[in-house]
Amino acid sequence: MMKAGFLRDLLFAAAVLIVLIVVPFIFTKPSLRDFLIYVMAYGLLAMSLNLLVGLTGLVSFGHAAFFVSGAYMFGLLMQSGRVSIPVAILVTVLGTAVLALVIGAICVRLKEIYFSFITLAFQMFIHSIILTWVSLTGGDQGLRGGIPRPPFFGIDLSSGVSLYIFSACVFVVCILIMRQVWQSPFGYTLRLIRDNPNRANYLGVDIVRMKLGVFILAGAMASVAGILLSLFVSGAYPEFGFWTTSGEAIFMIMLGGSQLFVGPIIGAILLRLIEHFVSIYTEYHGLVLGIVILAIVLGLRQGIADYIVEFLQRRKEARAAPAQDASAKDATFAKERIA
Amino acid sequence: MNLEALASCLSSSACAVTQISTALIIGMLLFMVASGLSLIFGVLGVINFAHGAFYMAGAYIAFFTYQATSSFLLAFLAGALGAGLIGVIFERFIISKVYGKDILMQLLVCYAIILIFDDLVKIIAGPEYKMMGMPDVFALPPLEFAGGFVPAYYVFMIVASLLIGAMLWLAIEKTRIGKIIRALAINPQMVGALGINTTLLYAAVFGVGSMLAGIAGSLAAPTRTLTPGMGLSILIESFIVTVIGGMGSIVGALIAALLIGFTRAFGAIGFPLFVDGIMFGMMAVVLIVKPSGLLGREIAR
Repeated sequence: MMKAGFLRDLLFAAAVLIVLIVVPFIFTKPSLRDFLIYVMAYGLLAMSLNLLVGLTGLVSFGHAAFFVSGAYMFGLLMQSGRVSIPVAILVTVLGTAVLALVIGAICVRLKEIYFSFITLAFQMFIHSIILTWVSLTGGDQGLRGGIPRPPFFGIDLSSGVSLYIFSACVFVVCILIMRQVWQSPFGYTLRLIRDNPNRANYLGVDIVRMKLGVFILAGAMASVAGILLSLFVSGAYPEFGFWTTSGEAIFMIMLGGSQLFVGPIIGAILLRLIEHFVSIYTEYHGLVLGIVILAIVLGLRQGIADYIVEFLQRRKEARAAPAQDASAKDATFAKERIA
Repeated sequence: MNLEALASCLSSSACAVTQISTALIIGMLLFMVASGLSLIFGVLGVINFAHGAFYMAGAYIAFFTYQATSSFLLAFLAGALGAGLIGVIFERFIISKVYGKDILMQLLVCYAIILIFDDLVKIIAGPEYKMMGMPDVFALPPLEFAGGFVPAYYVFMIVASLLIGAMLWLAIEKTRIGKIIRALAINPQMVGALGINTTLLYAAVFGVGSMLAGIAGSLAAPTRTLTPGMGLSILIESFIVTVIGGMGSIVGALIAALLIGFTRAFGAIGFPLFVDGIMFGMMAVVLIVKPSGLLGREIAR
């Protein structure tokens, strides 16, 4: 069962990867490639945050702390000129995981809004350190001088196309890893903690440890998103770690939907598209965006992807209802079994 | 880091007095904004992320009223009442729709309101900085304290904020309506069952909270430049104040606001780049040691 699911995910991931790689060869505009890399980096950030928000019910306001740490650690390692890209990625992800372990060990003990505030506090603290430690980070100017991309295993990332393909591969691998977590017993334990922490506790689940585990995983994934963005822009900036970046990621999750696995990616694409098209027609894109948000929240009361999934489900049920008695009984029976 | 400059400022009484007065006005503005935030959270259980937008609305309304009438009193009243009215409308038509929903929904509508307000201000007042200038009433020589000079308006601001804070505290702790509001925070069903219109009270509390933000905005207007994004920076700081002081506590908000005011004023001399770091560091320490804040009560619900 688990294996068949994994095989299906693997095939799906391969299909997505092929589409991602083929698309820029059909539509050769470089701006499309840039748009996709951007969406992949921010989409990965939003997806990793959704492991906390949607899966575990931990609303972190400080997730960009790990995004910025990924970008800066990777940038600094590459600028030191001593390591190759794969080694730098590995060290950055492990380093960020340790950072997430330290911050998470303090944060996950707090509940609800207090968790949100303390993650925000840690993120802004890191942001301030980056601004203050000018000799290492370049302060508010960001990490300048470009990030070198020495070839490794015969792969040269200096051209735009190869960088794009590399990013797409990393992106798909990360999504595949998160998908396995989303479907694993660990993932269902996290859902249990989200929905009924008392019951989880009675069943012998070590809640703090589980939350810490997913916090570290989400942090590590966010650092990969930071690496992708720093490779793309060839630099790292303090804004990556400002609270607005975390806010944007939360916004992508809410726009797309937090309960569907790919919801945050849909949100990331929608947000970029809205911004792109609205800024063509008017300079007041905040006004339009605000009205769109209000319409979604007050009208749908959930993310767009979540809404569509629920809508389809309801229609399916409505269609099944007038069918024969026996099949309806079967359906309810099957439903009961699933529940 | 420039701790020598900080030490030399502290040793000269003129510099110390100037910085203390700066610390006090930063603290008082934060106190006004944060006490509104704290009141709304304490009674409605809603975190009003749009509070900074009401601060900005108060400042701009005061600015335009002063331009039209050149009376500071009218400007002050218009800013306070205008922000309060906007708050009531916002509560009735928008935020009340997401009561009891998860916090992300509340966050999202507030974010939408911030975006809309910032752009509306850009459309109405223009994107450039605005200066209200010192009202004629306060065109007095600065007052002298221990060798340092403090503008008369600063003294007025500090006294006015303290008076308003004291009135708010008295209203909540000592009057009948205050007692009802405290009951509303703990058990709204029971208050409703006793024949009190809770919907009206919720709107009123939200209105008063927004009015406090408007008061802060109109008090700040003569001393600060007005820009479309001005609400956001004060919002973040007033969150730090609310968390440190304890959600729902007015006295806690005052203490925490003064703490942040002094950190800002003296940090600007000693460690200008790391002021934010210190403030968020203090917030993290309070959350670790006592998550409900210095004077916050555990939420009864």
